[in-house]
Amino acid sequence: MYLAATDPVTALVQQVVGGIASGAVYAILALALVLIYRAMDLANFAQGEMAMFSTFIAYSLITTVHLSYWVVFPLTILISFAGGVLVERVIIRPFEGNPVITLVIVTLALFNLVNGTAGAVWGYIQKPFPSPFPSRPLDFAGVFVSVDKLGVLAVCLVVLAAIFAFFRYTKVGLAMRAAALYPESSQLVGVRVSWMLALGWGLAAAVGAVAGMMIAPITFLDPNFMQPILLFAFAAAVLGGIESPVGALVGGVLVGVLLALVGTYIPGGQNLRLAFGLVVIVAVLLLRPAGLFGRAAVTRV
Amino acid sequence: MSRLKGLPIPVLIAAGLGAVVLFGIPLVTDTFFTFLFANVAVYVIALMGLNILTGYSGQISLGNGAFMAVGGYTTALLVHRLHVPYLATIPIAGLVTGLFGFLFGFPALRLSGIYLALATFALALSVTPVINNFDTFTEGHTGINMKPAHAPAILQLSDEQWLYFLSWGIAAVMFIISWNIVRSSTGRAFMAIRDSETAATASGVSLSYYKTLAFAISALFSGVAGALLAIVAAYVNPDNFSLQLSLNLLVGLVVGGLGFRFGPVIGGLVVVFLPYYSEKIATIQFSSFSLPAKPDIFNGILLLLILFFAPSGVMGLIMRGFALYNGRRTAVRSRAAPAEPVLEEK
Amino acid sequence: MEERYRMIDSWKAVRWGAVGLVTALTVLACGAQSAPNSGSTTATDVGITKDEIKIGSTFPQTGPANFYSAVGKGMSAYFKYVNAEKGGVNGRKINFIIKDDAYTASQTAIKARELVQEEKVFAVFGALGTGPNLGVRQFYNDNQVPQLFVFTGSDHWGNDWEQYKWTLGWQPDYEAEGKIYAKDILKNLPNTKIAVLYQNDEYGKDYLNGMTKGLGDKASSMIIAKATYNAGDPTDMSSQVNVLKASGADTFYVVTTPGYSVSALVNAISSGWKPAHIYLNNVGASSVYIKNVVAKLGNPHAMDGVITTTYTKDPNDPAQKDDPGIKKYREILAKYQPDCDPIDASCVTGMAAAFSTVDVLTRAGQNLTRANVRDIAATKMNETDNFLLLPGIVVKTTKDDHFPIRQERLQKWDTDHYVPYGELISGR
Repeated sequence: MYLAATDPVTALVQQVVGGIASGAVYAILALALVLIYRAMDLANFAQGEMAMFSTFIAYSLITTVHLSYWVVFPLTILISFAGGVLVERVIIRPFEGNPVITLVIVTLALFNLVNGTAGAVWGYIQKPFPSPFPSRPLDFAGVFVSVDKLGVLAVCLVVLAAIFAFFRYTKVGLAMRAAALYPESSQLVGVRVSWMLALGWGLAAAVGAVAGMMIAPITFLDPNFMQPILLFAFAAAVLGGIESPVGALVGGVLVGVLLALVGTYIPGGQNLRLAFGLVVIVAVLLLRPAGLFGRAAVTRV
Repeated sequence: MSRLKGLPIPVLIAAGLGAVVLFGIPLVTDTFFTFLFANVAVYVIALMGLNILTGYSGQISLGNGAFMAVGGYTTALLVHRLHVPYLATIPIAGLVTGLFGFLFGFPALRLSGIYLALATFALALSVTPVINNFDTFTEGHTGINMKPAHAPAILQLSDEQWLYFLSWGIAAVMFIISWNIVRSSTGRAFMAIRDSETAATASGVSLSYYKTLAFAISALFSGVAGALLAIVAAYVNPDNFSLQLSLNLLVGLVVGGLGFRFGPVIGGLVVVFLPYYSEKIATIQFSSFSLPAKPDIFNGILLLLILFFAPSGVMGLIMRGFALYNGRRTAVRSRAAPAEPVLEEK
Repeated sequence: MEERYRMIDSWKAVRWGAVGLVTALTVLACGAQSAPNSGSTTATDVGITKDEIKIGSTFPQTGPANFYSAVGKGMSAYFKYVNAEKGGVNGRKINFIIKDDAYTASQTAIKARELVQEEKVFAVFGALGTGPNLGVRQFYNDNQVPQLFVFTGSDHWGNDWEQYKWTLGWQPDYEAEGKIYAKDILKNLPNTKIAVLYQNDEYGKDYLNGMTKGLGDKASSMIIAKATYNAGDPTDMSSQVNVLKASGADTFYVVTTPGYSVSALVNAISSGWKPAHIYLNNVGASSVYIKNVVAKLGNPHAMDGVITTTYTKDPNDPAQKDDPGIKKYREILAKYQPDCDPIDASCVTGMAAAFSTVDVLTRAGQNLTRANVRDIAATKMNETDNFLLLPGIVVKTTKDDHFPIRQERLQKWDTDHYVPYGELISGR
């Protein structure tokens, strides 16, 4: 019994739709990266590992404390927010005022620390993680879409809206923006700049926790599950223009679609999917050096 | 010799001491440590390359491991396919990689900061797929074994000692080259670009020329280091040049001291000995109690501790110590502890 | 503002205090290091004292391949058990030293020297990874240090033995496994069309070659689609699976490592492809993962009929719950290595290889020289009682055969475990 080969148009649509769905996974972690970058111009290499750790906390709450998923989900976000603030206060704070590059190395150290600790506590065996979405795919005339990835996309939009509302309409959000843009003046008008950074880390960790809990059902959970995703999330965030949450979402979806198409339609693209994909991203950046949604920095002399 | 005259006496003394230490190490340490220190020299060279790019001209690179891959594979392929003597491949590897870096410098011109980081990051990530994809030429993931390097018979050195003197000899040459580059007008142009591109342009420094030049020089150093890494390990495969290598280089340089001439030397020690001691600590046992055998936990902790004490690198700490000492001696206390990290020649 | 300054000052004090502490610790550590090696030995070779056999190995404990560290833990567990309950090997306790090479050959070059030159081990057993082992093979052979039972299914070790006599593999090789699947396909599905997903490196290509060689003339007409990924890519295989689905193949040959196999299987079903037959390579096929796939797809029979091979027993198989070997395995882990999860197949293979290690050392008796141990391992093994290998599997080497394990058995997934079928077969 042979299965019928897919017709080319359906195959193309399938790759694009599948790419969008996969891209949502990159986008949601990219949002967390954007939050920290906005707060302190820092690319946080440990973002994925922090999300991984949050997800493991959720996993333990579900499997050993036997809490319901719907209790664990908000609880993990809260714990992660506190954890993010704590990480900033304990590990990042002593380095305040040092060049960003030193902080980048600090996040690399944090990466090792978190990954090693998770490995020691939970081991490396892959674990299933529950999803709030049904696992049955949707079938649109032969084009299949996984519902849990669509769910990630939906959650992405919700997070995006929340970030937007927070920075636009809340006092704290405005203060955070001010602290990031004009630290000295903000200090003068009574904004506690240092705490705003901690808040930024807390928010990023919370968004990271959402990302982890959304991605783990798809990739399953182990201490390394976020690493490859972080790389693409980084590419997505930069492509979108590192400071823009909308850019992160669009960047993530573009990266997903790009990789799917490159792997499918470029001769030799399967093996070099990653390389070709990155070449395209860099090419786009050459045309728009501040990313798709970034604003070119104005240099002051 | 005229160049020597310009050097302050403490530097000359340090150089003399350094030479004594370098010659002494293989005499007083065992075979294994001699080999470890040979590896240190390899990373010192790679870090000098990264220092020129990131430390002096201010262009961040997460991709210098990829330059090392070009150098390493140039050497391995020349030895493996064309039977070129391995020593002769080192300068070729440097030049080939330098050219590669020069070409990469063009697209990099338009990018800076995190956007440049992504471009170099792309380079690092592409190493493994590209090498695997062209496996009929590169031997792919199987890698290329090279014959272990033996010392010329006349020198009567063990393999490890030979590797040690070879890599440190080359490191010394490269150090002098990098020293002279930094002291030259080229070096001053790099630093001008680092400190303010606008100001540099205003004073007539050609951004495109010097930025691509920085990439080329950096790649040349990395290529030599990659060639030596291939020779020292007597083997290349794509995993040797993963993203992790590029990140390790950045860690080494920042911990050693970004923008300090001796930063790469400390950094080389860090790259080799940080994992070594992390593992030693991870396997310590106190009778019945043993630490979790997880080197990465201690790697992270050690790294945080070092950075905590020396946030502008170990060289920064040393320079601050000097400043403090000088300050005490001249009883000018206000100069003792500068609030901002001291960047050499900034 | 006043308070802020004081805070910075206190940081500074902490900083300098800690500098002192670290310096002191460093001095201490150096002092400890140069302590002389204890006692004189009456033993016959390096690494052997009258009450100890010192052996070493390299595993990735850091970096993206860190999950393989479980193999080393499985080995350690068994050595601890032998030391505690059997009095060691012929009265000598095994001292097993693991070094972390992060799965990077340039690091392995350092760690191999550390083991040989600093730790002065007698031999190296079970070191993991094709690249890492290939990189240091010359070194071990030049120094005549046995590099035995390396953990990789490359066929270099057996094929190159005449040239590198100090190096020996252990597990069945990947290409042979690929041939086993080919035989099964030719026998049961002679008209099928095959789509292959493989890791784009030597590992994946070995499996593909095995399949191609095994299918012989029919390979080009039967294999109608190929897709690849690179190790380190995100585990999302949806795009690849959709490419294969589009070909219309009805057999899916999956050659991946665990994370990728799970994604490939999930997508094979949820993309609507639902290939009629799935062959899955041993490395990615541990029943823990298949159970995860089944749970994810929400259909208890979603993976029924998936075919793979095995040579070890399976701690996740309810039918093997009372198997004496599995019981012993669980007891040993619980008592000596509680940080090794019993459901992890890597712990099983690690312990099984440790059994072979102890076997070889025991047979060497009091003649514990490197040359003797190497000869026994590479030419005189005939181990029939490994408690974690499938019944009937013999770990065997002769002077013409340097592939210790050749036999494997096909098995098919049914609801929550694999059911073996057919005889033990060899793909070589």
